[in-house]
Amino acid sequence: MFQKEYETMPRRELRSLQLERLRWSVRNAYDNVESYRRHYDQAGFHPDQLKKLDDIRRVPFLTKEMMRENYPFGLFARPMEDVVRLHSSSGTTGNATVVGYTARDIEVFAEVVARCLAAYGGTKKDVLQVAYGYGLFTGGLGLHYGAEKLGAATIPIGGGNTDRQLMLIQDFGTTMLACTPSYALNIADHIAVKRPDFKLRDTNLRVGILGAEPWSEEMRLEIEERLGIEAYDIYGLSEVIGPGVSAECEKKSGLHIFEDHFYAEIIDPETGEVLPEGEKGEIVYTSLTKEACPVIRYRSRDISRLYHDDCVCGRTHVKMEKVSGRTDDMLIVRGVNVFPSQIESVLMEYEGTEPHYQIVLDRRGAMDDIEIQVEVTPAIFSDELKNLQGMASGLEERIKSTLGVSAEITLVEPRTIERSLGKAKRVIDRRQ
Amino acid sequence: MVKQVSVFLENKPGRLEHALKVLADGGVNIVALTIAETSGFGLLRMLVDQPTKAAQALNSAGITSSETPVTAVEIKDTPGSLLAAVKGFKERNLNIEYLYTFTERHTEDCIVVIFRFENCETAERVLWKEGYKLLSHEQITGKKQDDA
Ligand SMILES: [Zn+2]
Repeated sequence: MFQKEYETMPRRELRSLQLERLRWSVRNAYDNVESYRRHYDQAGFHPDQLKKLDDIRRVPFLTKEMMRENYPFGLFARPMEDVVRLHSSSGTTGNATVVGYTARDIEVFAEVVARCLAAYGGTKKDVLQVAYGYGLFTGGLGLHYGAEKLGAATIPIGGGNTDRQLMLIQDFGTTMLACTPSYALNIADHIAVKRPDFKLRDTNLRVGILGAEPWSEEMRLEIEERLGIEAYDIYGLSEVIGPGVSAECEKKSGLHIFEDHFYAEIIDPETGEVLPEGEKGEIVYTSLTKEACPVIRYRSRDISRLYHDDCVCGRTHVKMEKVSGRTDDMLIVRGVNVFPSQIESVLMEYEGTEPHYQIVLDRRGAMDDIEIQVEVTPAIFSDELKNLQGMASGLEERIKSTLGVSAEITLVEPRTIERSLGKAKRVIDRRQ
Repeated sequence: MVKQVSVFLENKPGRLEHALKVLADGGVNIVALTIAETSGFGLLRMLVDQPTKAAQALNSAGITSSETPVTAVEIKDTPGSLLAAVKGFKERNLNIEYLYTFTERHTEDCIVVIFRFENCETAERVLWKEGYKLLSHEQITGKKQDDA
């Protein structure tokens, strides 16, 4: 464990630390950020109302829209002279959001990532290949400084160029690889098609640090099997800090949220009500120690569940379930809520089906139409029409029984669905 | 038993051409070919001179294919010959998944029929006992099989 005294802190102590830090953090926002002050004054909230931890429910939410409206520096609580780094989320939908870090924020960022790496069994003896994109995206630099903080040998290769990735895994003796889960599968495909001679199992690679997009338990099994590694989930949002908000431990069941830095709640995305522990809903984050860009009750749009269990790893921090989707990924099809991740689970459960798929939504008359394109790989190929048709109709039945809506399965040739080095494009919505 | 190469193709313009080009570029000669199709996709089934080479070429082009054992039988080129053979299979519970005829005339008075049986080995044993002439890869393609 990288910071045992915090990671295993008794709950009571942790809660009092959280309250103390929460009051500081809300004060930091209120006193130093005009937008927060106006927002809170309008809602009749004042930081002095925070007497106990549950009083956080009185604090108005911070939404993604507010972050965009304050582009670029409207939510900064420190002058630029105290800011040492700027990151920005991709501005693909509307404006981008910008996050600034003080030197202390960068230190915390590195520490929480180092905690993640230690939770996956990493030590300073490891050689960590960072195949996340560097640049404005927090993934690359986040993993980079966390790995250095841990003392691991860090390889800043960045995303893409799979042949080069393989070369360095072999030549540099890489033990841990950080990338998106879809890129991990890309690597497996690349080896299968282009480099069948490359034996990943003969290299030192043993751990995958996978994040930046939701992925299913089935996908984990496939990645572990095909790459011969242990695959762990790392989670974070650039608005909150970047990767390192939470991490799986050796148990691979749920991600411990580093609660001494981030306070998490689950709300009903429709009503904004805080839900009881264990219920599924939207996660809301509050940064407890960030100086430059405090986020107070930030609505993440990520769907998960929070719970405590006596984890064998000894960490006392709350667990979040693997993110099962985003409120804005949620597709409403014929009045039913559908998450792409549910479709992925069905495909993965079906023997041999790889998760190379794309969901195409269209409108046929007044009806929403879902088509799921699945690539026919050698593993699921059959020389007989009836087997292929049987597979398609079997999948259709499972989708119907699991999701409650019917979808049409279309079998397509391998590698016809667009691949990306970063996030996979899973949904095409043509209904507008 | 003869190795047939089966290929998955989407029903889209240019897909067949693409697969054929990959094979041509790989120096693979197609001896017999048939296509089975549904509304969405098709299966291209072929006998080629070098099945292993064909599979490698298709695989590196990212085309899904498999090798399927099929049976090549010489049948008399006269009315009712194929019917007689098929009737015989039915009596022996030999299920035919599909069949196609080999257009190239093999000998003066015979044609070649390619059968895909549910159970290739049993079917071949029965055919052989009945006196049918089963053809080898070499007899059909004029080349030795390029086994890996
Ligand atoms: Zn644990």
